Amino acid sequence: MKNTLLACAIAAIASPALAEDAVKIGMVTTLSGPAGYLGADVRDGFMLAMKEEGGKLGGVDVEVLVEDDGLKPENGRAIAERFLERDEVEIITGVIFSNIAPVVAPLTLRAGKFYISPNSGPSSFAGKKCHENYFVASWQNDTLHESAGINATELGYKNAFILAPNYQAGKDALTGFKRFFKGDIVDEVYTQLGQTDYAAEIAKIRAAKPEMVFQFLPGGMGINFMKQYDQAGLNADIPLVLAAPSTDINILRAVGASMVGNANSAHWNHDLDNEANKAFVAGFEAEYDRLPTIYASQGYDTARLIASALRATGGDVTEDMDGFRTALKAADFDAVRGPFKFNNNHHPIQNWYGRVVVEENGEFRNKTVGIIAADHADAYASECKM
Amino acid sequence: MSHLVFEQLLNGVQLGMFLFLVAAGLTLVFGFMDVINLAHGSLFMIGAYGMALFAGLTGSFFLGLLLCLPVVALCALIIEYLVIRPLYNRDHLDQVLATFGLILFINEGTTMLFGRMPLFLNVPDLLSGSVAITDSFSYPLYRIMIIAMGIMVALILWFVIVRTRTGMRIRAGTTNREIVEALGVNLDALNTTIFVVGALFAGFAGAMAGPLSSVEVGMGDHLLILCFVCIVIGGIGSIRGALVGALAVGIFDTMGRAFLPDLLGKIMDPASASGIGAGLSSMSIYLLMVLVLIFRPTGLFPVARSE
Repeated sequence: MKNTLLACAIAAIASPALAEDAVKIGMVTTLSGPAGYLGADVRDGFMLAMKEEGGKLGGVDVEVLVEDDGLKPENGRAIAERFLERDEVEIITGVIFSNIAPVVAPLTLRAGKFYISPNSGPSSFAGKKCHENYFVASWQNDTLHESAGINATELGYKNAFILAPNYQAGKDALTGFKRFFKGDIVDEVYTQLGQTDYAAEIAKIRAAKPEMVFQFLPGGMGINFMKQYDQAGLNADIPLVLAAPSTDINILRAVGASMVGNANSAHWNHDLDNEANKAFVAGFEAEYDRLPTIYASQGYDTARLIASALRATGGDVTEDMDGFRTALKAADFDAVRGPFKFNNNHHPIQNWYGRVVVEENGEFRNKTVGIIAADHADAYASECKM
Repeated sequence: MSHLVFEQLLNGVQLGMFLFLVAAGLTLVFGFMDVINLAHGSLFMIGAYGMALFAGLTGSFFLGLLLCLPVVALCALIIEYLVIRPLYNRDHLDQVLATFGLILFINEGTTMLFGRMPLFLNVPDLLSGSVAITDSFSYPLYRIMIIAMGIMVALILWFVIVRTRTGMRIRAGTTNREIVEALGVNLDALNTTIFVVGALFAGFAGAMAGPLSSVEVGMGDHLLILCFVCIVIGGIGSIRGALVGALAVGIFDTMGRAFLPDLLGKIMDPASASGIGAGLSSMSIYLLMVLVLIFRPTGLFPVARSE
């Protein structure tokens, strides 16, 4: 099924009749490596939205060019340059990681094109350096961890042990958590990037006896930590409160039963009760025969955001930049995550939901518990002069 | 506090034993055959993938272990015959080049066979859970078993090398190959045996690593550097040296990670103490190596060689 869809996309690209007036969208995304499923899901969600309109977005013909950056900034730069100069795309989207965004976004903006992120929302572009053509359809990075801090406070924890890898995103995560957590921080530990054994850190946690642990260890690091934490027998005594990147369904599947009961937070879940989401989840499962991850929902929302703006301008992007920008800013579409609007810095104001991991028919999933932060905005918007 | 120190010490010993399993093969091959085998980490990875594959197919951890070791041995035989054997009398640089090529080849091959998503293994039920060591402190059974395996391998190796005829030949060969060959010992067969045995240790370590960490392409490459540090500290070619070196590296690394940030926290603010501590502790084993090499340039237990 996926192949037919790709074939459709390629056929659309190859068709010269379309190429004349179709809006070109370049997707610089991460498809290979252990984190490749993030980009693949963003792409598949995006393509699903197109397929629902018969290959169009907002009634306008579009061509989507997809390339893999392999999680290497230099690849991201090369792909973005090719998209902008050779292919003359009008919109660039797809960027997953916050080390690719600072390379691709400025290139796009300097070329006078629109940059719409389906995932990464680094703080550097949310405050003073915000830009009129830069939009983030997912979240500002800090808010992922702010929501965990809110969640931990609401769950009544009085103190927490927090850890993250020793790099920028890790430090931002702990800062975000602390911004909204009202309890005490027992200890703050930075681990090595790519560390595989967490026995030393786990022993420290055991000795510190915190009420809870918050960790932001993306990808394989988090899976290793969770398994070893469970093996050390700490799961029962000291619960973890996690953020969305540590609890997508692929990670739940990998870590297994020890995740059941875990409290976490996200801006979307497959069981959110709104019409757009029901249609999306059913459509995604029918098309790809798997449950959508949070990244798939972001790809889908990004495509439908672009569709709403294209419909408003009748397909003009570069011809009517002010019109397209205003239409994007209005965000006139039903997001699968529920209420969605843009802040002055073009980052979302949205709800954050508390979730709990449950086991359903042998599959591990998140179950929405309730709204923990309504209309939550990021901390940098006030620094942005737009 | 004393509990914590003890537990971290145990963690260090466990990491050290784990490193020893890999370093033992490396030091044997390097010491006896005088071959630098960078692909040793790939054999570790083959063990882990074999384990993930067979444990998944049979549903049993122990059957998986039983099936994956012959695969590792077979891979080692092929590598020895095709790549290592023609390079015995060549320069170290040629060996580095060839075995580095092997790393790339094996990594890409594994990606083609298993894909890029990491594989996962669970601790078998028999070995899951923790053992209560004191009233207030228990330690995971699986990690205790890794320590036990390390001790067992060390004892077996000691017995073979010190008490058997083969061991005598290995020791003699490490000191002076030409004389041993002149005395009529079939060095080719001995070379192959040692290479395969070394590979088996690495593969075994890889298989044991599966339940602790995710099984992914390139998982052995980082470990290889640590193991080189172990054998350089211990003295190249010496099993006893590999054991002491591995334990020193394991304990130093774990203790550094566990206590350096706290110690630094007494003299600076927590955030920077944590950052600097993390940086310093990842350097600590290399500092240890430098210190050892300053006072003992051939390592702690140098093997006598006549060149």
